[in-house]
Amino acid sequence: MRAEINPAPDEEVAGPRKVLSLVRRGSPLARPARQLQILGELQLTQPDGSRAEFDATLAAHGCPQLRPATLEIFQMNLGKLCNMSCRHCHVDAGPDRHDAVMDRTTVDACLAALDRTDAHTVDLTGGAPEMNPHFAYLVDELTARGKHVLDRCNLTILLANGYTHLPEWLAERGVEIVCSLPHYRLRNTDAQRGDGTFKKSIRALGRLNAVGYGQGDPRLKLTLVSNPAGAFLAGDQCSMERKWRRELERLHDISFDALITLNNMPIARYLEWLQQSGNLQEYTETLLCAFNPATIEGLMCRNTISVGWDGQVYDCDFNQMLAIGSEGTAHISVFDAARFADRGIRTARHCYGCTAGAGSSCGGSLAD
Amino acid sequence: MSNYYDSQHLKKFADIAEGNQPMADKFFEYYDSVFQEGALSKREKALIALAVAHAIQCPYCIDAYTGGAQQHGADLDQMTEAVHEACAIRGGASLVHGLQMLEHVKKSGM
Repeated sequence: MRAEINPAPDEEVAGPRKVLSLVRRGSPLARPARQLQILGELQLTQPDGSRAEFDATLAAHGCPQLRPATLEIFQMNLGKLCNMSCRHCHVDAGPDRHDAVMDRTTVDACLAALDRTDAHTVDLTGGAPEMNPHFAYLVDELTARGKHVLDRCNLTILLANGYTHLPEWLAERGVEIVCSLPHYRLRNTDAQRGDGTFKKSIRALGRLNAVGYGQGDPRLKLTLVSNPAGAFLAGDQCSMERKWRRELERLHDISFDALITLNNMPIARYLEWLQQSGNLQEYTETLLCAFNPATIEGLMCRNTISVGWDGQVYDCDFNQMLAIGSEGTAHISVFDAARFADRGIRTARHCYGCTAGAGSSCGGSLAD
Repeated sequence: MSNYYDSQHLKKFADIAEGNQPMADKFFEYYDSVFQEGALSKREKALIALAVAHAIQCPYCIDAYTGGAQQHGADLDQMTEAVHEACAIRGGASLVHGLQMLEHVKKSGM
C-alpha cells in the first residue's frame, strides 16, 4: 500500500517552523549533561531547609529504592525527525533531526527483545514516528504479534504529502492514535505548537473520525493529550476531558475516546523556554511543592522500557532525553529481561515532574 | 513595613495560623472545599474567582487564579472575558447609582 521510504513533508503542509532544534543551533542545552547540571544547581529546598533530591523525597515516603513492577509497555523512540518543532519539545525534535532516526537493525533488535518480554503494548514515539522509513514494517510486525500498538501522532503529519493515507492504514491495523492537542481552542495550541497548528489538527482529527476513530470502538481508539502551554501544572484530567468533549463536539464536530493530561518536564526546549522566560525556579518549586506520594506506585518507569532511536535502553522517555541509561542494560541488542526486571530505577530532579499534583506519565495522570 | 504588598505573602498564607491555629484550620478547610469540583467545574470556579479577584482588586487573588484558570484549561481569551465581566459589573454598579442622582435632581431641581 505504501513505499518504505517516506518523503520529507513539504513545509507548507507540515506546519510552522518557529523554533530550530537546540542541536541545530549548537546550544549548550543540546547536551544532556548541561541540562542535568542546570537542574542540579537550582536552589530547591524541602520545608526543613534541606536540599531537595528526588531519591531522598522517595525515601522520606517509605520508598528507599524505586523498583520495577510488571513490564507492560515497550516504548520505542523511532527518531527525533519531526515535521514540527514545538517550543516545549523535550525531545528536541524537528525537521532538521535527520541525525537521529532508528535504523532497521535496531528496529529488529527491539522486536527480538520484545519477544523476550510479556509487554502487551508497544508505544511508538518520536519525533513523528510515522517519518521513520521502517514505520510500516514495524507496525505490521507488531500487529502480527498481537500487540496493542500506540502511535504518538502530532496530527499535522496526517495532512503532509506522503502520509495522507495513514488514517485509513492505521485504522486497518487497529493502531491506537495518541495525539497532541493542548487545547480545544486555537490560542494555546498555536502558542505551544506553532501558528496554524490548531486548524490543521482539527482537520486531521476530522479525517480520523471519518475512518472510524474516536467513536467508542475499542479497536479504533483516539486519545487526545493535553499538556500545559506554559509554566503551570496539568489540570484535572476528568474535568478537562468532559470540557474538551463538549467543546470539540460543539465547535468542530470532533469526537474522541479519552483525554489524558501530562505535565511538561524541565528538559530540552521546555527547559530552555523556562530559563528564557524567567520561570525555571518557580516552575521547579511548583513541581516540588506539589509532590504527591500517591503517584509513586503508578510511575511509568515501573512498567515501561524506553528504547532510544539508537537502541540504548532507559527507564523512561525523560531519562532517555537526559541520557540517564538504565542500570545494567546498555543496548537493546543485549537485552536481558530478568536483569531488567531486577534493576534499580534511576532518578534525578526532573522526576518531580511525574509526581506533581495528580501525577504525570505517558498514560496521563496517576492519582485522583 | 517597606511595602504594602509583597508577592511572597501568597506563598506564606498558611502562616496566618500563627496567631490562631483552629480558626486558620477552619478557614483553609472551608476554602479548599469551596474550590472542589461540584455543580461547577474547577475551571468554572477558577474563572469566577479570577473575575472576583479583579472586582476586589486583590493582587494575590489575581496571581492565584490566573494560574488556577490556566491550569484548569482556560485560555487568555476566556480569562479576558471573565475580567471584562468584572469590569462591566463594577462600571454598571457605578452607573446604576446614577439613578439616585437622577431622582435627586428631578425632585430638588426645577
